[in-house]
Amino acid sequence: MTDTTTTLDQETRHQAAPGFERAEMPPAIRPATERDPLRARIEDFSFYYSNGFQAIKHVDMPILDRKITAIIGPSGCGKSTLLRSLNRMHDLYPGNRYEGKVILEPEGENLIGPDADPVLVRLRVGMVFQKPNPFPKSIYENVAAGLRVRGIKKRAVIDEAVESALRRAAIWDEVKDKLHGSAYDLSGGQQQRLCIARGLAPNPEILLLDEPTSALDPIATAKVEDLVQELSETVTIVIVTHNMQQASRISHRTAFMYLGEAMEFGETNQIFTNPRHPRTENYITGRYG
Amino acid sequence: MKTFLFLCAALSVFVTTAIVFVLIRDSWEFFANIPLTDFLFGTMWTPVFANPQFGVLPLLTATLQTAGLAMLVAVPFGLIMAIYLSEYARPAVRETIKPALEMLEAVPTVVYGYFALLVMTPFLQQIVPGLKGINLLVPGIILGIMILPYVVSVSEDAMRAVPNSLREGGYGLGMAKWQVAIRIVIPGAFSGITAAFILGMSRAVGETMVLAVAAGQNPNLTWDPREGAATITAYIVQMSLGDVAHGSIAYQSIFAVGLLLFVITLLFNIIGFYLRRKFREAY
Ligand SMILES: Nc1ncnc2c1ncn2[C@@H]1O[C@H](COP(=O)(O)OP(=O)(O)O)[C@@H](O)[C@H]1O
Ligand SMILES: [Mg+2]
Repeated sequence: MTDTTTTLDQETRHQAAPGFERAEMPPAIRPATERDPLRARIEDFSFYYSNGFQAIKHVDMPILDRKITAIIGPSGCGKSTLLRSLNRMHDLYPGNRYEGKVILEPEGENLIGPDADPVLVRLRVGMVFQKPNPFPKSIYENVAAGLRVRGIKKRAVIDEAVESALRRAAIWDEVKDKLHGSAYDLSGGQQQRLCIARGLAPNPEILLLDEPTSALDPIATAKVEDLVQELSETVTIVIVTHNMQQASRISHRTAFMYLGEAMEFGETNQIFTNPRHPRTENYITGRYG
Repeated sequence: MKTFLFLCAALSVFVTTAIVFVLIRDSWEFFANIPLTDFLFGTMWTPVFANPQFGVLPLLTATLQTAGLAMLVAVPFGLIMAIYLSEYARPAVRETIKPALEMLEAVPTVVYGYFALLVMTPFLQQIVPGLKGINLLVPGIILGIMILPYVVSVSEDAMRAVPNSLREGGYGLGMAKWQVAIRIVIPGAFSGITAAFILGMSRAVGETMVLAVAAGQNPNLTWDPREGAATITAYIVQMSLGDVAHGSIAYQSIFAVGLLLFVITLLFNIIGFYLRRKFREAY
């Protein structure tokens, strides 16, 4: 009896891909998203930690080109796990396992396929972490690090890229006179913008941000939010946040995750004003968190 | 208990001060007879001759050469081994190698000395032309091997103290593992690594038995490591074991070179301290 139910469930899900509709749920996908150009597609993606725990369960999600996609959901629902899958961070620790596909468009390359080299993936998909983590080096060398890894040696080229990345990260004016000073002498908010500059310098196709403002004060947070919005004109952004105001302020699309599943995905406005799934509604109205 | 611990601490401070005091007092008498410039710049060390000379340069060059050779061995191998243990080795491998390395430190240094003299020198004589039976090269290399466990263990601790968030930052930029090791972990652990090498260097400068056995007892001003030459420490054991009259100037010279050794080691430790401050890790 139980067996039959499981099979039925799985069939339903596969028919519904790439959306999230399930027979027993209200339709949650805004069909119009399919008209927007895609940068990546997450398809029937699952993730298992080395202890066997399945942290992500059959997630499907489009990542729109040069748009901000926000991932929200209660603590422990798998937001970071999903984000870190997108640049193969989990490969650093043995025993972790991916299932499904993360297709990078337009080439259609599967980032978690057996042929994909995690190092090459990370050259294309940059990351900014929750806690600012500048390297114990000068401001200049922090931003230059990603270029040096790519074998760029010409001083003039690096100078230019460093300045341009610092400008894009809206921190140039604050650091231009102390480029060779230690990155640790900056404030937390400045360090985080420096880390964003570091991630931008090599021109990644996608920039991942994992709660980039959770360690910052409100003023620094506002600066980073403005910055992220400006950046979305040139780079595809996926941002994890536990701050719903933040998601609603800055993102174009929002995914709501719950217990490892993507419950609902859609235009940010729609998710916050007219959620289709009762769980989403409960979450954004603050009935649990 | 607290009082007891305090007494222990006080005692160790007292003993250290007393040693420095004796060093300075006896050297004082030495330098009353021998001008400091003659001591520091003289090229002949012949304390028991009828017309004794107390130029420390022969002892100093031998000490610096063996310590320098030791560093030539310890720095590259120490770094490679520390990186391997901290970044590459599986935990099981690391937990086997580290205690084994620390056990090497328990080998009496005189054993290393005879190993240098009886095994390593005859072997290297077939490779290095003109290598004397008593020379600076072999004890220098052996000293490097001797301080290796210490240097590896301390630098590995420093490397492992580099937080994973920094490594992830490097990987996030598309660095390969070796790039993370070289560009993130080594700079991140820089002060700990320098401290390890400087303390290793102090040990090499202060090491006695290997040098007394394998580098010889003959003061010899040379920059050719294939030759033998007494180091400061070798001279100190030689004189202390001999029947030199207490209060004689030859006897006092032991304290003078001891003071010099103390100043050299102190200098290294100050440099190490300064480097630590300059490259402090705040993470
Ligand atoms: N290294 C790990 N090993 C096993 N389970 C983990 C590991 N890291 C996180 N988890 C679990 O995976 C789930 C999702 O974690 P995470 O992605 O960090 O959540 P979020 O970022 O949404 O707060 C949590 O239940 C957490 O306990
Ligand atoms: Mg998280």
